[in-house]
Amino acid sequence: MTLFLEQLLNGVQFGVMLFLLAAGLTLIFGIMGVINLAHGSIYMIGAYAGTWVATETGSFWLGIPAALTAAAVAGVAIEFLVVRRLYQRDHLDQVLATFGLILIFNQTVTILFGRQPLFVSMPALLDGSVELLPGLFYPIYRLAIIVVGLLVAVGLYLLINKTRIGMLVRAGSTNREMVRALGVDIRLLYTLVFGLGALLAGLAGFMAGPILAVQVGMGEQILITTFVVVVIGGVGSIRGAFFASLVLGIVDTGLRAYLPGLLRQVMVGSEADALGAGISSMGIYLLMAIVLLIRPKGLFIRNS
Amino acid sequence: METSLKRPVLLASVVIALIALPLVADATGYTALTSLATRVLIYGIAAASLNFVLGYGGMVSFGHAAFFGIGGYVVGILYQHYTLGEPLLGFIPGTNQMLITLPAAIVISGLMAALIGALSLRTGGVQFIMITLAFAQMLFFLFVSLKTYGGDDGLIIRRANELPGLNMRDKQTVYYVCLAVAVLFFFMLWRLVNSRFGNVIVGLRQSERRIAAIGLPAYRYKLMAFVISGMGCGLAGALMANFLRFASPDMLHWTKSGELMVMVILGGVGTLFGPLIGAAVFIVLETLLASWTENWQLGLGLILLFVVLYTQGGVQALGARLFGRRA
Amino acid sequence: MSQPILNVRGLVKRFGGLLATDHVDITVNPGEIHALIGPNGAGKTTLISQLMGELKPNEGTVEIDGRSVDGLPTAKRVGLGLARTFQITCLLPDYTVRDNVAIAVQIRQGHSFRFWSAVRREKALAEEATHFLATVGLEGRADDLVANLSHGEQKQLELAVALATKPRLLLLDEPMAGLGHVESQQMIEILRELKSQVAMLLVEHDMEAVFALADRVSVLVYGRVIATGSVDEIRDNPEVRTAYLGEGDELC
Ligand SMILES: Nc1ncnc2c1ncn2[C@@H]1O[C@H](COP(=O)(O)OP(=O)(O)O)[C@@H](O)[C@H]1O
Ligand SMILES: [Mg+2]
Repeated sequence: MTLFLEQLLNGVQFGVMLFLLAAGLTLIFGIMGVINLAHGSIYMIGAYAGTWVATETGSFWLGIPAALTAAAVAGVAIEFLVVRRLYQRDHLDQVLATFGLILIFNQTVTILFGRQPLFVSMPALLDGSVELLPGLFYPIYRLAIIVVGLLVAVGLYLLINKTRIGMLVRAGSTNREMVRALGVDIRLLYTLVFGLGALLAGLAGFMAGPILAVQVGMGEQILITTFVVVVIGGVGSIRGAFFASLVLGIVDTGLRAYLPGLLRQVMVGSEADALGAGISSMGIYLLMAIVLLIRPKGLFIRNS
Repeated sequence: METSLKRPVLLASVVIALIALPLVADATGYTALTSLATRVLIYGIAAASLNFVLGYGGMVSFGHAAFFGIGGYVVGILYQHYTLGEPLLGFIPGTNQMLITLPAAIVISGLMAALIGALSLRTGGVQFIMITLAFAQMLFFLFVSLKTYGGDDGLIIRRANELPGLNMRDKQTVYYVCLAVAVLFFFMLWRLVNSRFGNVIVGLRQSERRIAAIGLPAYRYKLMAFVISGMGCGLAGALMANFLRFASPDMLHWTKSGELMVMVILGGVGTLFGPLIGAAVFIVLETLLASWTENWQLGLGLILLFVVLYTQGGVQALGARLFGRRA
Repeated sequence: MSQPILNVRGLVKRFGGLLATDHVDITVNPGEIHALIGPNGAGKTTLISQLMGELKPNEGTVEIDGRSVDGLPTAKRVGLGLARTFQITCLLPDYTVRDNVAIAVQIRQGHSFRFWSAVRREKALAEEATHFLATVGLEGRADDLVANLSHGEQKQLELAVALATKPRLLLLDEPMAGLGHVESQQMIEILRELKSQVAMLLVEHDMEAVFALADRVSVLVYGRVIATGSVDEIRDNPEVRTAYLGEGDELC
């Protein structure tokens, strides 16, 4: 039971990370109609910048502003220099240009930091575990990620539902022409949304540092998973992104935790582990396939 | 459509040049040229297949490496069962005969394309891009986890498939086989894009709404196009496995899908031979940059960015603009 | 044989809070031109899109020849004899004028799973396309790209493409909008000639055209049909005059 709860929390923690990326992606799709593959690169940039500063200064906390700044700067620069020219283009051009950006960022990071993964140790404050329930010890750091993610979700909810910018964002994700008709400086809105998405991606990247290896290619791995989140939740829907993130996080973690064990009942250990890992990796995609059969536009988009 | 004789003459001279290429390569000592050209032909087939849905049909698939990889694995898996002498699933005997493996690769990748296409085509736009990418990634993970077939490391194929009467251990022979397949492939593709089927596919790209309003149920036509395109990629993958004597998850990696798209755009979207030219440009560029610097991907990324942002229609259009004529 | 070719009952379409189609009942009889007029935003285009199956109504039913077509996709409805033109022209821009019509002929014939022989070498297709182009007076531009046509010519091409599906009921969405006087007259003549072959639901702002062509007129305001009758009845209907005609000339 405690093991199950622990895995559940792990799933939520992974889900929350996915949400930080998916929120930005889905907004960018929804509002600007742009597919941005470089979103994963921003996640990587946040991770590298934060981890590097944290290692150099010896302070984990200084890594946070570094990660956020680097990610936001990278995001705004990408929007300003490249993506802005792509709003009127078709998806193919957007895919290829941002694919080019991935190559550029990955190679630049390799030149700057080499191929060896970076590691950052956890801050003393967040190191160790707490006993959540009798017998259930859980790492504080992972709990902190969950808390941060949920805070961001609440913040986004308030931003979108209670502010003027949020109103425009909501309007923009369903009817782009209307926002234009309101006489809003659409370029500024776009840059802001892009910057916000980048900020969240950078935050996720840095927070992932102590858990996962900070390495080139980390962005694309999670980016594709995030796409699955966006597809399941429905393009443009933050609420959809939130629920889909959590569901995917839990399903993915659960499969990885339990499937090899189940398979081992019927086959040889090493083969069961390999096959289990493989099927677990496929789980979220199968989930996506099922959702597509039932709700082709995603769970949180009304079909009309 | 073209009334002038320029095109057939140009084509004939290109084919003759391609036939002569290995001989020239041998005579001048650049033997690597033949291998390079083989890869160009194979990737040209794959990119042109992708271009059929992407350029002609307007369906931006980001998952075509899946079919390329499946084609490769069909060759690899059949070969493994052939050498081990135990049938696949207990009843399908392995084989090393190209006359069987190529059609098998085409059929299997076509079936896979039918499955993925049937789901992905339920939506369009950005969803379609993300979904095709995701399903390809799923297959990537599947092959990584199949330890029986090499898992991460891939499958080594000790000898290229046999063709009756040919010595397939000779790289030149493999080149000529690929050339023959490519000529056949492009001839069929040419017929396809100018057929009634091609007509509605190109129409669907221009306006799905219009095509629906004149009575075409779009879904099954798009699915058929997707399947045909997947079969073409499977064919290319099977050839590649024979050429490299190796099939690995790398063939299905999402960057491979990206590279195929890059080839299409480099050569010119929605043109018959554009993808072949694009494949040539890409592979030559990759080879040159890689011989120059370890960080060749940086150069590739910059070039790609430049091509997308500042040229419309790839190198063909760029050339046309530079030289002031239509390519 | 008095059964209407089109019978719409209780059709409702909501866009969020907006009631774009408000319990619409309308019929079109064989051989009839039924004009549908109404100010901009009244829901005329939305109605046509629902008849074609491009938009799904929230309530109500659509019958063709007495058979319900609810839930049928657009392609099936075209097979039953429906065809539409688009107010904002919707053509294949990279194709020639003839190609645009020929593809409609091809799809009507239903042989689009043919992968080998060259479609542009098919004489029969090209000839039939030319025939429909001649009907609308565009045969001289057959080899031009759609992008090079004037607005009026594009409207004519819209009609030719719709005719190429050999419809029994044409849904025309403002075929005269944006045309000059001469072009409008031409279009009126073309439609008058077609009247013997195909019934029409004619959405139009051009009152001259409506009065010249229509057998019956319905008036749509805020999604509701407020009146249906002969041309004279509608002209004299006070409710229509205040709600619609009386609003002055700013109809578009
Ligand atoms: N897809 C849509 N989503 C939301 N509102 C729409 C949509 N299409 C049309 N409308 C609204 O429905 C009303 C009717 O539009 P329309 O049918 O185009 O009118 P008409 O053709 O009579 O000018 C208008 O208020 C329009 O803004
Ligand atoms: Mg209208």
